[in-house]
Amino acid sequence: MAKFNVLQHELVPEHHVVPKSEEDKVLKELDIAKDLLPKISRSDPAIKALEEIHGPLENGTIIKIVRKSPTMGYSVYYRVITSEVFK
Amino acid sequence: MTTGISKRIYKIQFALLSPDEIRKMSQVKVITADTYDDDGYPIERGLMDLHMGVIEPGLKCATCGGKVDECPGHFGHIELAMPVVHIGFIKEIKTFLDATCKSCGKIKLTEDEISSYRERFSQLSLSNSDPEVISLMSKKVTDEASQRMVCPHCGAQQNKVILDKPTTFREEGIKVTPKEIRERLERVPDEHLVFFGLNPEVARPEWMVLTVLPVPPINVRPSITLETGERSEDDLTHKLVDIIRISQRLRESRDNGSPQLIIEDLWDLLQFHVTTYFDNQTAGIPPARHRSGRALKTLVQRLKGKEGRFRSNLSGKRVNFSARTVISPEPFLSVNEVGVPEKAARELTVPVTVNVFNVESIREFVKRGPDPRDEFGKYLAGVNYIIRPDGRRIKITSQNADENSKRIEPGWIVERQLTEGDIVLFNRQPSLHRMSMMGHTVRILDGQTFRFNLAVCTPYNADFDGDEMNLHIIQKEEARAEARIIMKVQEQIMSPRFGGPIIGGIHDHITAMFLLTHNNPLFPEDETVHMLSYLDIDRMPEPVVKNGKKFYHGRDIFSLILPEGLNLKFTSKLCSGSKEKCEYEDDPADKFVYIVDGKMLHGTIDEAAIGSFSGEIIDKIFRKYGSEETSKFIDRMTRLGVGFISIRGFSTGIADYDIPESAIARIEEISAQAIERTEKLIETYRNGLLQPSPGRSVEDTLEIEILSTTGMVRDESGKIASTFLGLNNPSVIMARSGARAKMLNISEVAGMVGQQSVRGGRLNRGYYGRTLPHFKVNDIGAMARGFVKSSYKEGLNPLEYFMHSIGGREGLVDIAVRTSRSGYMQRRLINAFEDLKVDEDLRVQDTVGAVIQFKYGEDGVDPTRSDRGETIDVDYHAFDVEQEVK
Repeated sequence: MAKFNVLQHELVPEHHVVPKSEEDKVLKELDIAKDLLPKISRSDPAIKALEEIHGPLENGTIIKIVRKSPTMGYSVYYRVITSEVFK
Repeated sequence: MTTGISKRIYKIQFALLSPDEIRKMSQVKVITADTYDDDGYPIERGLMDLHMGVIEPGLKCATCGGKVDECPGHFGHIELAMPVVHIGFIKEIKTFLDATCKSCGKIKLTEDEISSYRERFSQLSLSNSDPEVISLMSKKVTDEASQRMVCPHCGAQQNKVILDKPTTFREEGIKVTPKEIRERLERVPDEHLVFFGLNPEVARPEWMVLTVLPVPPINVRPSITLETGERSEDDLTHKLVDIIRISQRLRESRDNGSPQLIIEDLWDLLQFHVTTYFDNQTAGIPPARHRSGRALKTLVQRLKGKEGRFRSNLSGKRVNFSARTVISPEPFLSVNEVGVPEKAARELTVPVTVNVFNVESIREFVKRGPDPRDEFGKYLAGVNYIIRPDGRRIKITSQNADENSKRIEPGWIVERQLTEGDIVLFNRQPSLHRMSMMGHTVRILDGQTFRFNLAVCTPYNADFDGDEMNLHIIQKEEARAEARIIMKVQEQIMSPRFGGPIIGGIHDHITAMFLLTHNNPLFPEDETVHMLSYLDIDRMPEPVVKNGKKFYHGRDIFSLILPEGLNLKFTSKLCSGSKEKCEYEDDPADKFVYIVDGKMLHGTIDEAAIGSFSGEIIDKIFRKYGSEETSKFIDRMTRLGVGFISIRGFSTGIADYDIPESAIARIEEISAQAIERTEKLIETYRNGLLQPSPGRSVEDTLEIEILSTTGMVRDESGKIASTFLGLNNPSVIMARSGARAKMLNISEVAGMVGQQSVRGGRLNRGYYGRTLPHFKVNDIGAMARGFVKSSYKEGLNPLEYFMHSIGGREGLVDIAVRTSRSGYMQRRLINAFEDLKVDEDLRVQDTVGAVIQFKYGEDGVDPTRSDRGETIDVDYHAFDVEQEVK
């Protein structure tokens, strides 16, 4: 069976890796420390799919998620990769 | 009252109590199982020894010398004749027995493993890292050690230890006594305890096997003196008596060399008593019972569950300044008001701090005493207590009122009784949403019940079949301001659940407005004046003169209560289903309710206009004019409704469901046809000729065919019945206006009840192959499977009645299951969300500051202000602007 890329699925929002160089800009814009951002487990299928494209992503990489919203058109969300496993 | 933080928790340490510590903190060694002597004096060295504290006034604590309220209580101890295991540490004991050597006591790991693991454990110091990480690590290590069957240190052969629940350990089928267990645990070296997550400075494993039992202070287990003078001891005391008795017997038997069997029996009994003393609901042990047969409430039971210390006494508390009584309706109150009976108002007080500006008026207040009335005997607020600056309370009586009024100075606090206009919180359980507790202003009324406007039934989900509600009097200025600004009923008209009004007309209000506006009837002058006398409006609508008499249009009367400048166009509920022309509209323009500049031009006011949940007019008034105007509209609408319907009169009786003989015959005919058709279907099926529909078995196809046949006849009979029941029928008026019931219910009364179902299918349970013994086995015909061809009016035959009851019971069970399940789900949601908050930037954060959402709901939209979840109602605003420009 051909490998399926979860990011291609209609119900999965866009996931983007925020480059290291832009991290400070994003954090400043949000006015927040990195450890207060929501987390995403590195076992998350979306992260695995991103790693196929970008190569291994280290903990602390910021992921920008663009979701569709009926009221806003789209909404932006940020998550930080961690090795925690959420149950 | 103290403010600020007096003490801050620096750290919490969990440790085990050592026998030495237990003895050290004990004030008395309890050796007698008795409590009081014949004179009612505590027996020395008994369970009620005065060293453990006092509960009786007059006596003094033998330890600290304190009297009843001064002595905090002190521990005692019992020396157990033989050691017993502590039920709370069974799992830990098992791990120790599994992972350590039975002869040398060392953990069954090689020296290399020990040093490598020690390295990793020392990285996470015991006191500072996440307990979960430590327990995970320790589990890994102990599991590995448990696998070894030969000790790597001394080479001794190991045996599997099996836990025979709840408290017995067996090795090769032979019981390991608590004494042996304790000896083994003693051998475990301090250096190895770290692998088990224990800190050897504060905990040794052998302390998990009890040799000394602490006896809690008497304050923890007070005895109660009944009216008869009889003493009744606390459950814990009862349990301790048992423990001492058995311990004593065991000691005697052991000392005078009784047979081993007897000693073991007594030892087990002691283990049982100590176990149930901790937890009386241990699996595998029958709960210890009181003489009356009631299970004893021991230590774990005191803390655990809904009635336990945490949920009942710490998370939830009983409060003062509150009242509870039965509720009843009062249409003459505003939605913002609550009627409070005088009796309650006299007890409930508001504290007023005396200052230089109000001291004179407060003195007058106090002078009135606790039970004042005006010259007509009407309620006036009095004063129950005054509080001196040093905190002493003085009760005001009619005798001392005058004298005390002179003593009042700025700085005193006066507890004034409830008076009209006070804002209070009113609540009905279960409090499922924020509208379950709203701010009301007080009206003092005669009678014994709380009363409120019927429009407020919906948010509280209240009715008057015996419901009770709670009232809380706000004690602080800040809270009063908050209640006025955000909790008052008028501020809660819009529900955050669906972005529409949750407060609106119900039942008779809707019926009344429907009758008032449908087809725009004319009302004579006297009736109109009477209706309007219910309102605070002092102008009449434009009259229509006929035969020299003045008449008024219903829609013009309704227009009086609409705010000026309201422009609105929407479809009434009556016509909402029809595309082109509604069956009940004479004028095609009537399909839409048309309101221009607060004048209703055409249409019918019904549920879609003024109902709770759906009321379009309420919704738009709130958006355009705000809460004050909306509450006024609801007040007037409900009053006008009551005024109108009490003139017109409205009732229904069994004769309202009469349909002609011919119609009855026709319904009988079609139901007979349906039964016949199902018979035919069954026959085709039995002959194996039934074609299964795609994706279904033949049996399923048959069931679905039959269900659709019986469903069709019910609809058909409903149609036949309703052709004879028009909009002059009260029941139809209620159903079509949305006041109560559905057309389906009417067709059940007049036409046919129809197929009964359980879990979406026809009834099929009961006896083998049949629902009742009145049918043949394997009869799957219409009647045998719950088809009810009678109507409610005609009456159901016994078989039909039984089938109907089965269907009805399913509904009841469903509700019971749903409420308990959704209740627990809500509890978990609330616990998960309780410390999230939305800050000024609409960012959702928890107490740590970690972000949950960057913008509340991802779009920052307040659902309360949304238009039923949508952003904006463009059509309405276009219409509004268009009309305003004109």
